[in-house]
Parts: sequence; C-alpha cells; structure tokens
Amino acid sequence: MAFFGIGVLTWLTFLPILGMLLVLVLPKRSDETIKWTALAVTGLQVVLAIMVYFNFRPDLAGINDAESMQFVERAVWIDIPSTSWVGRIQIEYFLGIDGLSFPMVLLTALISFIAVIASWKIDKALKGYMAMLLLLDTGMMGVFVALDFFLFYVFWEVMLLPMYFLIGIWGGPRREYAAIKFFLYTLLGSVLMLLAMIALYFSVTVLDPSTGDRLHTFNMLAMMDPANFVEGSLLAGAGTAFRQLAYLGLFIGFAIKVPIFPFHTWLPDAHVEAPTAISVILAGVLLKMGTYGILRICYPMFPEIAQAWVVPLAILAFINIVYGALCAMAQQDFKKLIAYSSVSHMGIVLLGMAAMNTQGMMGAVFQMFNHGTITAMLFLIVGVIYDRAHTRDLNAFGGLALTMPKYTGVMTVAFFAALGLPGLSGFISEAFSFLGAFQNEQIRIITIASTLGIVLTAAYMLWTLQRVFLGQKNEKWGAMPDIDGRELAALVPLGIIVLALGLYPSLLLSSMSASMNQLIEIVRAAGPAVAMLP
Amino acid sequence: MVESVLQNLTYFVPETALVVTFCAVLLADVIFKGRPRIPWTIGLLGLIVAGVTAFQQTGLNRPVFDLMIVVDPFAVFFKVIVAATAILIYLMSLWSDEVKASARRMGEYAALLVSATLGMFLMAGATNLLMIVLALELTGLSSYVLSGYTKEASDSSEASLKYILFGAVSTGIMLYGISLLYGLTGATDLIGIRLALEGQAMTHTPMLLISSIMILAGFGYKISAVPFHFWTPDVYEGAPITVTAFLSVASKAAGFALMIRFLVSTATPSLGVDVMAVVQTFEWPKLIAIMSVLTMTLGNIVAIWQNNLKRLLAYSSIAHAGTMLMAVTVFSQNGVAAVLIYFVVYLFMNLGAFYLVMLVAGATGSEDIDSYKGLGHRAPLVGVSLVIFLISLTGLPPTAGFIGKLYVFSALLDAQWIWLAIVGALNSVISLYYYVRVIRNMYLRDPDSAPAPVVLTGAQTVLLMVFLVPTLVLGVYFAPLVDWAHASVALFGIR
Repeated sequence: MAFFGIGVLTWLTFLPILGMLLVLVLPKRSDETIKWTALAVTGLQVVLAIMVYFNFRPDLAGINDAESMQFVERAVWIDIPSTSWVGRIQIEYFLGIDGLSFPMVLLTALISFIAVIASWKIDKALKGYMAMLLLLDTGMMGVFVALDFFLFYVFWEVMLLPMYFLIGIWGGPRREYAAIKFFLYTLLGSVLMLLAMIALYFSVTVLDPSTGDRLHTFNMLAMMDPANFVEGSLLAGAGTAFRQLAYLGLFIGFAIKVPIFPFHTWLPDAHVEAPTAISVILAGVLLKMGTYGILRICYPMFPEIAQAWVVPLAILAFINIVYGALCAMAQQDFKKLIAYSSVSHMGIVLLGMAAMNTQGMMGAVFQMFNHGTITAMLFLIVGVIYDRAHTRDLNAFGGLALTMPKYTGVMTVAFFAALGLPGLSGFISEAFSFLGAFQNEQIRIITIASTLGIVLTAAYMLWTLQRVFLGQKNEKWGAMPDIDGRELAALVPLGIIVLALGLYPSLLLSSMSASMNQLIEIVRAAGPAVAMLP
Repeated sequence: MVESVLQNLTYFVPETALVVTFCAVLLADVIFKGRPRIPWTIGLLGLIVAGVTAFQQTGLNRPVFDLMIVVDPFAVFFKVIVAATAILIYLMSLWSDEVKASARRMGEYAALLVSATLGMFLMAGATNLLMIVLALELTGLSSYVLSGYTKEASDSSEASLKYILFGAVSTGIMLYGISLLYGLTGATDLIGIRLALEGQAMTHTPMLLISSIMILAGFGYKISAVPFHFWTPDVYEGAPITVTAFLSVASKAAGFALMIRFLVSTATPSLGVDVMAVVQTFEWPKLIAIMSVLTMTLGNIVAIWQNNLKRLLAYSSIAHAGTMLMAVTVFSQNGVAAVLIYFVVYLFMNLGAFYLVMLVAGATGSEDIDSYKGLGHRAPLVGVSLVIFLISLTGLPPTAGFIGKLYVFSALLDAQWIWLAIVGALNSVISLYYYVRVIRNMYLRDPDSAPAPVVLTGAQTVLLMVFLVPTLVLGVYFAPLVDWAHASVALFGIR
C-alpha cells in the first residue's frame, strides 16, 4: 500500500512531522488553525491506520521472517565500505509490521488523535505544545514500525525531549522535578540498551546477496537468527555471561519504560504533573513500548535467557500487580490512583508474557492494547473533573452522579473495564493472561497469588466510584456542568472500542495469533531453559 | 642538500602558508596602524589557504625533513580540523564584544590565532621529540597570550598567568621525561625509539615507567585530562569566549593527535594489519582507562554545580576529553577512528554552543545560567539551536553527538572493554542533568526581570547555521564522515 510512491508506514510515521512543520510556520496567534491542523494530521493518521487494519493479513506471522512482514519498506540508509580492519557497515531504513506491532500502530494513531482533542483547552504557547505533541507522535509510531535496531533506537530517543518539554512546560506545580526525573530515568535505560545494541551489532553478520560478502547490520530480524552470530563474537553461543549481561541491559532499558518495579518511581510523578493529554499518551502508548521492546527484542534475540528468566519475570509481574494495586488503594489523589493502577495493569501484561505460551502472549499483547484504551479513558475522566473543580482530591467529591449523569455513565464503563468486568475488553485480556500463566507450571503458584490483584483492583475502583459519584453530595460543587461535547468526542470512541472488543475480541485477537505462535516457536526452539547466571 | 630541502618544502605548504601569514599579519598591523581590518583579512585568507592546502595533502603518507614531521592521513585529518576551527573562531570573533573592546589590538589577536594554528599543525605531524616540544611550546605561548587578550579584565589576566604556570610546569615535567627516554633509547624520532625499545626487551622498565608517566603528564595537560586539568576551568572562564572555544576544540585536537601518535608509534611493536594493540613496553591501556574514567566523571560531576555557562562548558569539555580518551584506551584502528569522528562532531556542537553563549553574553552582558531564563520564548531561534547543541553534547539521537558516542562505545565493545563502556554510558546520563539545567532555564522558567532582547543579524544567523546544520545532518547521515575517518587512521610508519 503506497501513496505518491511512498509506503503507508512512512506516511504513518512522518505525517506528524509534516504536521509539526506546518504548525511551526503558522503565525503565533492563530490558535484555532493550529489546533485544527494538528487534529487533521492525527485524524489522517487514524484514517491510514484504519486502512492498514482492513488490508492487514492475519495469517502472516512476521516476527523473524522478513517474507511475512507486511507493508515492508526497505532501503539502504548508511553504507560504509569495508577497510582492512573493519568490515562493511550497513544501516537500513527498514519498516514493517506484524501481529505484534499491528495493534500498537492502531493504538498509537488512535491515542494521538484523542490526545489532540484532549488538548483543546491548552492556551499557554499552543504552537510549541502541538509541535512537541506531533514530534512525540512520530517517535512513538516509529518505534512500533522500525525493524532496524538503529532506526528503532533513534525513534526511541526522539521521544525523550518532546516529553520532557510537554511535562516540564505544560505540567502541574512540580513539573520540573517530574520532567527531569522522567528524562534521566529513561535515558539511563536507553544507554544500557545502546550498549546491548552495539554488542549485538558486532556479533551478527549477514550475507549480502549481491556482493557475497558478510556485513554487519542492525537488522533486527537478522539478530534473531542464531546462525548469524559470528563464532567467537561477544554474544555468540547460548546462555553465556555476556548474553545474560546484554539481556539484562535491554531488559532494564525496557523495564524502566513499562515500568517494572523497582524502576517505577518516575511514573506517578510524571503522570500527576503531566497535562491530561500527555498522561493519556504516557499511559496509553509509552508504557507499551517497554513490553513491546521485550517481546520484539529480548524474547526472539535471547530466547534461551528469556526462558531462564521466566520465574523472576513472573515475580516482578506479581509485585507490579499487587504492589501497584495496594499503592493505588492508598492514594487520595485521583490521578495518582490511576497512575498506580497502570503499574498494576502492566503487571498483568508481564504475567502473560511470562506464561510463554500462545494464550498468555496473546493475552499480554491484547492487554497492552486494552490498557491503552482503558487508561486513556480513565485519565480523560480525571481531566474532566480536574478542569471543573481544580482539585483531584478523592475525598473532596461525592454525589456527582446527581449533577453529572452523562459523565457518571462514561466513567462507569471505564471503571468496570479497568476492573475486568466480563463483556468489556479488559476482561478478555486479563483472563487470557492469567489462564496462560496458570498453564505454565513453573509460575503457577505466582499466578495464583497474583489473582489477589484482581480483587484489590475491584476494591479500589469501586471504592473510588463510591467516593466520587455516590453518597452525600458535596455542596461546594453545586453547579458543576456535565461533560461537554468535546470531552465526549474523546471518550466515546474509546468506550465503543472497549465495548466492541469485549463482546467480539476476534476483531483484534485474530490478527495476533499467527505472530504470537511464531514468537513462542522461536523461544521454544532455543531448547530447554539454561541456568540463570552461571 | 638544497634540493632536498626544496623538495621537502613542497610537503610543507600549509605550514609555510601559516608562517608567511603570521609575518604578513604582523607587518600589516604595523603598516596600517588604526585599520585593524586589513591584518585581520590577511589572517583569514592565510588560514583558508592553509586549510585548503592541508586538505589537498589527503592521501600522502611520507616523512618530511628527515622524520622531523610527517605528512600522513592522520595528520592531515587533524590539520583540517584545526584549520576549520581556527577559521570559524575567526568569524565568531567578528561579533565578540571582548575582542572588539580592544579593537586596536585586533591585528595582534589575528597573528596569535595564526601562530597557535601553526603550532597545532606541527603538533599534528610531529614525529620527533624535539619537534614535539617545539610545537607544544609554540602552541602554548600563543595560547597564553590569547587567553590574556582582554588586558582590562582581571580574570583574563589571571587566566593567562595560571595557564603559563601550569603550562611551564607540565612542559618541564614532560621535557624531563623526554630526556630520560632519550637516555634510554638514544633516539629522538618516535620510530627509532620504538625500535630501540624492542631491541632492549624491557631492561629499563622502572626508568621507562617514570619517563612515560612524565611524558603523559605533558599530554594530559594539553588535553586537560584528570589529574592534569586544574588549569582548565579558570582559563576557560577567564579567557575571551572565542579563545576558550578555540582552546577547547583545536588545542585539544592537536593534543590528542600528538598523544595518539606518540603512544601508537612508540608503544606498538611491529604489527599486523588488523591490530595495533599489543603494547609491549608498559600497560598503557589500563592507565589510560583509569585516566579516562576519572576525567569523564570529574568533568561531569563538577559541571553539575556550575552556574556560569562558560565554566559549565569548560567542565563539559573535560568530560568530553574523557570520552575520547576511552576510545584511545582501545589501541585499535577502531578506537582511533572513533576519536577522529568524535572530533568532527565535537567541533560543530561545541563551537556552536560557545558561539551562542557569546552572542547571548553580548546581548545580556552575562554568562550566568540564570540570565538564560525564558530565553527560549523570547529568542526562539537561539533557544532551539542551543537545545540542539546541548542535546548533541549529551549524545542523544538524531544529533551528531550521538554518532560520536556510538562510535566510541562501538570501539570499546568491539575490544571487550565492557566495564569501561558501561561507565561511559552512565556518564552520559549524568551529563544530561547539567545540560538540561540550561534547557530548563530557557523554557521552563520565567525571567527574573525585564530581560535584554537577543536578536541575531542575518550574518550571525548564517554562521549559526554553519554549526547547526552539520550537527543535525551528521546525526542522520554520517557515512561520508565515517568513511573519511576510516581512511585517516593510517599513521606513518605503522601499517
């Protein structure tokens, strides 16, 4: 699929940059035009994503097979001839999607669009805000479509600076602290990833069919094939100390993004201080990059280590689920509560990943998508109430259902989806994740313990619902207007998706299964688990 | 005899051009008193001629004047870097208040820039201990005077004096080391020294160790590596910004060129094509690794506490020297290539940052980080450009700084220096903190009082683009640079 001779993935990725340039040349005072431009660009991105959805072939697996990647675009970007002491170097502009990245691409387009709607009331330096938002959009989309590690890394890092500004300039009272904390944490993760990436690069060579010489490459698919690892190179072999070290570097890099305990402390700060739309993006898309990275890079490139570390991963998942839920329960601040609920819900993704079977993996990726939509709703809901009352103190409210019936309706859908009510999308993915994990005997006990998280989630969600919407009406908020059309426009599409996927999950699940099966195959093919840390 | 000298002179064109320019500038300064523009222009033309002729030497690999100096791709690379820096500094100086304040002495300033450049050219090619000392002294003397250029400012004079004292002591120590080395080997050219050392099979190890460390002190001083860095912050803060920028790039480049040539030529025995690694005489890699870690970490950590942006950049340049030293540690073509790549990148981003600091200081009269509050909103182009330079200095893609870091880390991992790579990577996280402090003030803080506007003229914007465009373009398309660096690791006498 291509427009004007340029592939659809390139359009998806670089459309926001075009939008950014457009926004930058618009005069400073034309706020309305800037908003509509950003909306049009992200809207166009959604249209493209929908076209991708209808042209996506669910039977093609992808993962480590270039043939069955879809919408592939491939061109040589950097090519440096060899010298007597260093081989030829190649970096490719290599884009493509499969069942793993496909849901994330849809999610990114959708959430970016919603984020623009949610940003409608930003009045401080709107031009800069939209430019940063669009740049961030490019970074996010690029991460999910890149199949060359170098390209992946560039996109990964491109996101940092816009995010820093978005939190730091447009955030709440402690925005400076939250922004720099986010920046430092993420950079710490990504430099470790960088080292692992370089080590992989030096260990892998592929045959150039046209010239017949072996060349070093950043091609991710090549890094997934054990046959490409050069004998005696840093990461050759299976389960070696160097491989464990590289895996650890990558894992920490991704874990910070997820965030996995104990690297989660940046998240509540960033979420609480960020403006609503940015919280939506953070929770909706950025967190998924961590788990996406683990699935795209750690698992297929280091399958034997991924297997060996299943139990630790499951333990981390358990901590995330239960600890996140307990923290959420203790919060007075509405937004912080949602932030910790994200920690808890991402734990379910990790648990599904630790299952190492198709069911668990599909549950995990599906949960990534669902958490993206549901948490986006939750943050929007917090935003609605904060815009009106300028406080997020849960105990300050009460009886809002009386004055804001429509708002209460939307909120109930989101809350019940978050606590996993059957019929809504969250239930399906959580059930898949837990069922898959339960089947894996290694982590069965941990899975059983983790179900505690579901109870806790139901408890804090319902308790919050009760505190805010039911009970005695707080007279202070007497004339609070109900949710308006713009806010509904952001929430309703998400609500429809949550409901639709809850009733008919195959809309998305069917496109993942081939890829997830392939991923499991790769991990299993690596043979029985090797011992952790020799 | 005469014929041989004449023949050698044809390989000495860039240096000759600088000598001629130097004399011409001095003469013009005397003849056209009160019209400093004339010597100024002559100096610029001379530098351009030197740069172009140096570039034309690409591909040569031969000794000149009986192995006093050599013309090899490695030397040519550094000469081009030094010449480019000198030319850019020259242009920057056009808008420097500090230079303009003593406009009558602009000819002097021009002459000194040219003579410093000459010294650095010689440093890049010197293969004889005598030549090395001469080149170091020429560079040093010119730099001392340059850093004290603004006579009226007491901190400038202080900088100059400190520089002289430290310079004198370090060169003294180095000279002593050199004399010991000569005593041990009986040779003054680097290749002769290597052959002598190989023949003697380490009978003089303790003495060799002492002399090596003494010589290293001289290099360490030049590239401001810890623990020989103490002069750097004060000199960098006190000197005019243009001079600081010049010292932080060109002087460091020449220092690195000399150090790499010395280490590789003397310490690497007859080697194969693939490796230049086996170091016989002494465990250089470990020593340099430790030095690089100290340099990086100290530079970065102390930079966190700085409130004067010039001083902050001084410490940051110490940290960058540490990063490049890491690549020297590897003792391989990969490592040398990484240093070369890093220098090109560093040239653009560091000069760009200094340039903006100079312009802002010219408008607001302050180099304090606090005076940058709200700058991003009132001077968008300056703000955005400075953000890009700082991000590049941190080493984030898609800027050129990332490519520099990428190649340094690549060299380290390829040689399995994993711990060093990890320390280096963590250091770039530390560096983010202080670079972002500047960004934070520019965008996240509001100005304290009504701030002076910062407006760039057209010509100033053009020069800004000369720094900015490569910083961005080299971040996404770096094949030619890497190619050039790969071709330039060839040192004379080393296959």
